[in-house]
Amino acid sequence: MLNRLTKLFENKRENLLTVYFTAGYPKLDDTETIICSLAESGANIIEIGIPYSDPLADGPVIQESGMAAIDGGMTLQVLFNQLTDIRTKTQVPLILMGYFNQLLQYGVDKFLDDCVKTGIDGLIIPDLPLMEYEQFYKDKLTQRNISISFLITPQTEESRIHKVDALSTGFIYVVSDSSITGMKTGISNHQISYFERIKSLHLSTPQLIGFGISDRESYLTASKYANGAIIGSAFIKHLKDKNEVDNATADFINLILKP
Amino acid sequence: MIQLSENGYYGSFGGAYIPEMLYPNVKELQENYLSMIYADDFQREFYYLLKDYVGRPTPLYLAENLSAKHNATIYLKREDLCHTGAHKINNTIGQILLAKKLNKKRIIAETGAGQHGVATATVCARMGLECIIYMGAVDIKRQAPNVARMKMLGATVISATSGSQTLKDATNEAIRDWINNPVDTHYIIGSVVGPHPYPDLVARFQSVISEEMKSQLLEATGRENPDLIIACVGGGSNAAGAYYHYLNDLDVRLIAVEAAGEGVYSGKSAATSILGTEGIIHGSRTLLMQTTDGQIVEPHSISAGLDYPGIGPLHAHLITTGRAEAVSVTDENALKAAFELSRIEGIIPALETAHAIHALEDISFKSSDVIVINLSGRGDKDLNTYMEYLDKY
Repeated sequence: MLNRLTKLFENKRENLLTVYFTAGYPKLDDTETIICSLAESGANIIEIGIPYSDPLADGPVIQESGMAAIDGGMTLQVLFNQLTDIRTKTQVPLILMGYFNQLLQYGVDKFLDDCVKTGIDGLIIPDLPLMEYEQFYKDKLTQRNISISFLITPQTEESRIHKVDALSTGFIYVVSDSSITGMKTGISNHQISYFERIKSLHLSTPQLIGFGISDRESYLTASKYANGAIIGSAFIKHLKDKNEVDNATADFINLILKP
Repeated sequence: MIQLSENGYYGSFGGAYIPEMLYPNVKELQENYLSMIYADDFQREFYYLLKDYVGRPTPLYLAENLSAKHNATIYLKREDLCHTGAHKINNTIGQILLAKKLNKKRIIAETGAGQHGVATATVCARMGLECIIYMGAVDIKRQAPNVARMKMLGATVISATSGSQTLKDATNEAIRDWINNPVDTHYIIGSVVGPHPYPDLVARFQSVISEEMKSQLLEATGRENPDLIIACVGGGSNAAGAYYHYLNDLDVRLIAVEAAGEGVYSGKSAATSILGTEGIIHGSRTLLMQTTDGQIVEPHSISAGLDYPGIGPLHAHLITTGRAEAVSVTDENALKAAFELSRIEGIIPALETAHAIHALEDISFKSSDVIVINLSGRGDKDLNTYMEYLDKY
């Protein structure tokens, strides 16, 4: 059975633009506006970050946006409430990104059920071990038709890449370099050779490149070696201090998509 | 039997909940740590350095005045006499030798009170490796002497300015550094926390404490086992070391002393075993202080080394199964105990250790009991805090 995410991959496999934003940032009630504006401006997949106090894989930009969102009152329950009617507004694939502790405290089953109710298509949980997923959660996600995407990095061994390929049901999140999010910009030659190495493995799951993708140039370069790219910190930075998030979001996507 | 499972769990606590970026380094450690640290040449060098460089074995001192006051036989395991002034160096000696075996050129560490930072900077100086210490901005202020020592030893001290700017955040920053520098860097975690194998690795290096206690007690009392072992617990490395060889000796009561801060339910506390719920912190499934939404709560303790919102998974297991008894001691009582020990035994303990001393007032025991308190560190680093209370106590 297809969900909006897997259906997208059936129809489009090039230059897929995924944009990350932190739920509740810059303001608590911006969630729906940002999602709709991203979708209308041409983002293909939207990754909604659940703000977390201790996001180990993220850099200062995303951590600060998360702290601001938490201070502003964002919780997982508030987020699901905000998403109740989102499927009457847009059919863009939506994925949630959060840390495993947040799911544990909310209750994994309740979390997955609320994902189904609100129309979430996929998950990224960077600190959920592959083995634990396979043993305890794979069936739960499959039953609910929710995709999951695991990460690979330049240091991930080939045998493990194949394991990630076998277990990922959305896309493979190709971390572009050894770094936390938002630290580096631009793409270097050693990254290109890593991208080529991954491409040559002809993995069965679509691949999106993220970390360090910040502008049109890096988006287009990354898209040459994968099915598309993920932009996060650059968008969060762009939203900082913006009152009109609707226009600000459209402006940002236009800069990426229009020559 | 208290035993670590193959996947790094003590009961339901432990494991390795880490982002993929950390996976290769953690896996390398998981696969190699036991064979590396129990190799003959490793053990020889480890024990040589512990003896001639650290000054081990540390004395097991019969504290006669403290014993008379509390009506029991009380021994102090003098980890405060280790080189650099605390038990922390037992672990850093072990881990620096491991880093060498793994061909790492650059060392990172987090520190709360600064004792682990100093112990790491010390072994890096000794071994000629680059050393970067992450320390919360708040802790940099309250533990200034240790910051100066780290710098004198050639380390770079980086201020962690995120979150509560204490040990939790310093640990986050160190982990992020490791993500950014995966190939040449080894992360020397200072406590029995973090992803598997760190809790076990650090406990094994610290287990020299209870190894010595066994032979020292045998000589002093005619039996290896005391009736009680008391140790303070932040992450829990000194307690893990003091308990280690007694974990399965059920006749030995294990007392884990946490920081109650301004009172367990005051909102300014670090009593994790009472206030904590099961969750994940720094890659480990354990008890931690968090909101119902899973956001990690900022703890409070007057002692920077106990100011941590989690406890090591071993301790979570020991406490929830009843093998260890948790006691919590307030800031004020810890200060009182620090002055008392100074005045009656002539030993100025670290603020962390002072919590363990005060536990004598909070637990029941018999006059025939033999009690060992792990005197984990000396109080020089806390003199600024102590001076503020000099007129009061």
